[in-house]
Amino acid sequence: MAWSRDQMASRAAQELRNGFYVNLGIGIPTLVANHVPPGIKVTLQSENGMLGMGPYPYPDDVDPDLINAGKQTITALPTSSFFSSADSFAMIRGGHVDLTILGAMEVSAGGDIANWTIPGKMLKGMGGAMDLVAGVRRVVAVLDHVSKQGTSKVLEACTLPLTGAGVVDLIITDLCVFACDKARGGLTLLELAPGVSLQQLRASTRADFATASTFSDRMESDL
Amino acid sequence: MTSSQPLVSEKLYGSPAEALAGALFDGMVIMSGGFGLSGNPESLIPEIKAQGVRDLTVISNNCGADGFGLWMLLENRQIRKMIASYVGDNKLFEQLYLDGELELELNPQGTLAERIRCGGAGVPAFYTPTGVGTVVAEGKPVEEFEGRRYVRETWLRADLAIIKAWRADPEGNLVFRKTARNFNPNMATAAKLTVAEVEEIVPAGTLDPDCIHTPGIYVDRIVRSTINEKRIEKLTVRAREAV
Repeated sequence: MAWSRDQMASRAAQELRNGFYVNLGIGIPTLVANHVPPGIKVTLQSENGMLGMGPYPYPDDVDPDLINAGKQTITALPTSSFFSSADSFAMIRGGHVDLTILGAMEVSAGGDIANWTIPGKMLKGMGGAMDLVAGVRRVVAVLDHVSKQGTSKVLEACTLPLTGAGVVDLIITDLCVFACDKARGGLTLLELAPGVSLQQLRASTRADFATASTFSDRMESDL
Repeated sequence: MTSSQPLVSEKLYGSPAEALAGALFDGMVIMSGGFGLSGNPESLIPEIKAQGVRDLTVISNNCGADGFGLWMLLENRQIRKMIASYVGDNKLFEQLYLDGELELELNPQGTLAERIRCGGAGVPAFYTPTGVGTVVAEGKPVEEFEGRRYVRETWLRADLAIIKAWRADPEGNLVFRKTARNFNPNMATAAKLTVAEVEEIVPAGTLDPDCIHTPGIYVDRIVRSTINEKRIEKLTVRAREAV
């Protein structure tokens, strides 16, 4: 059984550490806020200029001057702060944000990520994604392992225009979790979703990967 | 130095039309504040539409949305080139771009913000890690500092910045409200002429000098907003817990 969107978000939430400043992307990463483990306090950064994002507002508390980077209405917390776009990205680019969790269309064994455009199909823009992957200390990519057409989205090299090169630390898909050595390149399998075999994963992945030593027992039983 | 404050400031204008008088010309570069539909100069944009200047280069994070903000300048075919970070959710933009009627320069959002900040700070170029190894860095100098590669980006400056603030005093000191701040304070510094529309003009002495976001030196003209629609793009709420 592959992991559901919520299970992927829950797995991504295990990357949170107490006291972290975190930026969450749109889609599954947004769900991570619902899975913060007990005892862990994180501060959410929104790149349009806010630290300390609160939950969505009650219908009668909606404020059009208070939105997140996904343009959704949100609330502030007693310790929130607001700042300009230049300050926000100084924070991001300057390495002050501990972790970002982002969706992706493709990732590579070398830690490249593509998540902003499909030439000829999608005209949107990169928004803050390029700054986040370049500046945040730890980058986690969350994506379906294979496309709707059945092709691997974890690749030896990305085919789509890159958002960043050699920037991803951890890849969470619906089938597995890979660590990515962005300095030297190369994937290491850390976890498999329940019921997913190593054989099945190899068949679904168009990139080489090593397996973590903690995996040996499971590998034997899979083979 | 005098302790008495003038009753009427030379920076205060009576209407958006007066605030933009003599400031608009064909082919000019305009910065427009806002992120999505938040913190947009909603009253000044229709005045630019009314005056009909063309061949504009517009620098803004986005380009409005159906019927709102900069979209109306697109619809009126006044924009020749857009410099932005995100133009999704805007069908008209996509159509004009694909038809070749519109030039587009996409910038990473942080690079866009820093280019504007540098424009205001008198720094013509800077190096950033953002975009290295991507199309964004193509044709630009890349240099290594302490073992990491950075791409050189250049400043952005404009003929006119139109911005939106919450409150202003007669000196032009500005206070923004929540995430409506976004690009506004940065753009206020980077143009030859900065026109701020505000929700409220307060008497001198009302704003705490320790809490000014944009000092008045950056603001040339102030006008009260005549339009404060503040349209919400993605209304997202939670249910109130049963008592």
